[in-house]
Amino acid sequence: MNLRRLWAIVLKELRQMRRDRVTLAMIVAVPVLQLVLFGYAINLNLRGLAAGIADQANTSGSRAAVMDMIATGVIAPVAEARTPEELVAMLRRGDINVGIAIPPDFERRKADGSEAVQVMVDGSDTAVQGAAAQLAQMPLTTIAGVGAAPLASTPSARPISVVAFYNPGRRSAVNIVPGLIGVILTMTMVLFTGVAIVRERERGNMELLIATPLSRSELMIGKVLPYIVIGFLQTTVILGLGVWLFAVPIHGSLLDVYLASGLLILANLTLGLLISTAARSQFQAMQLTFFFFLPSILLSGFMFPFAGMPRIAQWISELLPLTHFLRLVRGIMLRGASLSELWIEACALIAFTIVMMSAAILRFRKRLD
Amino acid sequence: MNDDIAIRAQGLTRRFGKLVAVDHVDLAVPRRAVHGFLGPNGSGKSTTIRMLCGLLTPTEGTIEVLGLSIPAQAEALRTRIGYMTQKFSLFEDLSVRENLQFMADVQALPRALARRRVDELIGEYAFADRQRQLAGTLSGGQKQRLALACAVIHRPELLFLDEPTSAVDPESRRDFWEKLFELADQGTTLLVSTHYMDEAERCHRIAILDHGALVADGTPVELCARLDGRTLLVDSSNPRRAQQTIMALDGVISVAQIGNSLRVLVADAHADARGRLLDALARSGQQAAVEPIRASLEDVFVAATRRSATSEEAAA
Repeated sequence: MNLRRLWAIVLKELRQMRRDRVTLAMIVAVPVLQLVLFGYAINLNLRGLAAGIADQANTSGSRAAVMDMIATGVIAPVAEARTPEELVAMLRRGDINVGIAIPPDFERRKADGSEAVQVMVDGSDTAVQGAAAQLAQMPLTTIAGVGAAPLASTPSARPISVVAFYNPGRRSAVNIVPGLIGVILTMTMVLFTGVAIVRERERGNMELLIATPLSRSELMIGKVLPYIVIGFLQTTVILGLGVWLFAVPIHGSLLDVYLASGLLILANLTLGLLISTAARSQFQAMQLTFFFFLPSILLSGFMFPFAGMPRIAQWISELLPLTHFLRLVRGIMLRGASLSELWIEACALIAFTIVMMSAAILRFRKRLD
Repeated sequence: MNDDIAIRAQGLTRRFGKLVAVDHVDLAVPRRAVHGFLGPNGSGKSTTIRMLCGLLTPTEGTIEVLGLSIPAQAEALRTRIGYMTQKFSLFEDLSVRENLQFMADVQALPRALARRRVDELIGEYAFADRQRQLAGTLSGGQKQRLALACAVIHRPELLFLDEPTSAVDPESRRDFWEKLFELADQGTTLLVSTHYMDEAERCHRIAILDHGALVADGTPVELCARLDGRTLLVDSSNPRRAQQTIMALDGVISVAQIGNSLRVLVADAHADARGRLLDALARSGQQAAVEPIRASLEDVFVAATRRSATSEEAAA
C-alpha cells in the first residue's frame, strides 16, 4: 500500500465529484427530500382527520365526550351536522374523514350500557380506519364503523389504555428519522461506489489504470475513502433537519450516532464496490443496487416490525446492514443506549464490511480478460 | 538474455472463444527504435499490444519484455513501461495539469520531482496556456499529445502506443511523430500500431499483422526491396478499362488507380510481368505504357495481406 497512490485516487475522485454538479446536488437534495417526505407526508399515525359532528343530545355529557375525542388530536372538527344522514352525505362527498353522531337519547343509552356514540369512518382508507381504532379506546363510548357490526360495550370497565414509551406522542417522525439516516445512506452509498468501477471501465479509464503500478487495494480503498466524507455529510443533514423540524430527540451520545453511521457507510460502500466489480454497465450496477435496496427497506424493520416477520424473512433481514444499523441508531438516539451496549450489532456491520471489501478486492483483476 | 532486445515473443497466441485473434506470432523488437505495427482493423494489433503489456493473458506462447517474463512479472513491468490506449483513457473531467499530476502520483514519483516533471511536460508538450482546461474539451490532437505526455511522465524505457493518431489531423500527426522520434533519440523503445502508410514508413522497423498472423517483419527498405520486379506502373488512355483487363490476368494481386495511371502488383517477380501486361492490353486493343517502379510500403502491405487472403481461399 503506497500512500501517494492512495491519495492520488482520493484526490481524483474528489475533483471529479466537485465537477459533477448533479451528483453534488443529490448528496444534499436526496436526504432533504426524503426526510420531508417521510417526516410530513408519510405519517403512519394519522392526526387531524377532518371530522363532522352531529350532537343531537347536546347535553354536558355529550359535549364532554366530543371534547375528549378532539383532545386526542386524532380528529379536528370541520363541520357540524344536525342528523347522522347529513354526516353520511358529507362522508360520501369526501368533506370529512370521520363522522361522529350522538343520538338524542345519549344519556339514557350511556346508563343502559348500549351504544352511546357512533363513529362513522371512511373505510376506503385503511389508515383512517386504523386511526379510528384509536378513538375506540376512548372510555364510556361505543364505537362502530359504517356498516360494521356494533362493538359490544362495557361502559363501566374502561378499555385498557396503551402507553407508548420512547415515543409518547406516537409521532412517526421520531421513529422514522433515525431509520431514515440508514435508508438514505443505504441508497446513496451503495449507488456511489456501485457505479464507481463500472464507470471507469465504460469511459475507458480502467485500461489506463490497470497498466500503471496502482494496486488493487489502493484503487478500492481510494475509491471508498472520499465517500465516507459524503456519508457523514448526509448523516449531519438528516440529523440536523430531524432535530430542527421534527424535534427528534438524541438521548444517547452524538459521537455514538456518528460511529454507528460510519459503520453503516463502510458496509454499504464496500457492498457497492463488490457490485461494481460484477456489473458490466452502469445500468446493471443501478439495477443491482435496487435489487439490494428493496429488501433493505422492507425487511430491515424500517417499515414493518421485525418481530412480525416470518422466520425466513428474519434470516434474510439479519444479513442486511440496515437491520443492524436500525437497532443501533434507535437504541442510541431513542433509548439512550451506548454503542458498547449494542456491540453485537456493531460487530455484524464490521464483519459485513470486511467480507465485502475482501470479495471486491479479490474479484477485481488487473487484467482485461 | 540479449540486452539489445526489448520485446521478445514466441508463438504468441490469443483466442477469444473460437476466434483466434492472434495466431502464433514471433516478434523481436530491438531497443532504442521505433517499431511499427501495421495491419488492417481487427488484425490483432491491439490484442498483441495488450498481451505484451501484461493486460491480457496469452492463450499460448511466451513473452519477455525488458528481461521480465510476462504475464508473471507484469507488476514489476508497470513502472518501466508507458501505455497509450487506442481510446482516450485519461479523465475528461480533470484538467490537463490534474491528469499529469495524477499520473505522476500513481507512478509514485518523489513529490519535488513530480512537480518539476509536470511543469517540464506542460512546457514541452505546449500546454502552458491550457493547463487548467478540462481534458474532455481538448481537440483530438491535443488529447493525444496529453495522453503521450502522461504515458512518459515516469520516463519509461518502453512505450506502447495503440493507434495513437487515428483521430488526428495531418499536421498534429506530424508533430506527434516528431515527439516520438525525440523519445527514441533519448533511448526509449517505441512500439506503435497504425494503419497509416506514411507513419509506417517512418518507423525503423515494421511488423505487419493480418488475421492475427505476422505476415511481414523488417525495415521498410528491406520489405520494399523484397518486392523488386513485382510492381509496375501502367499509363493508359482508358485506365478503367485497362484495370479490368489486367485484373483478369493470373498472378495479379492488385491494381490500384492513381490519377490516370495504374499501379499493378504481381505475385511472381520472375515471370516477365511487363511483357504479359503489354501483351494482354494489346490483345484487347488498348494503347498503354508499362514500366517497373519501386515498391512502396503500401505495396508491401497489400502483398502481405492479400497473399494470406488468397491462401485462405485456397485452404477453404
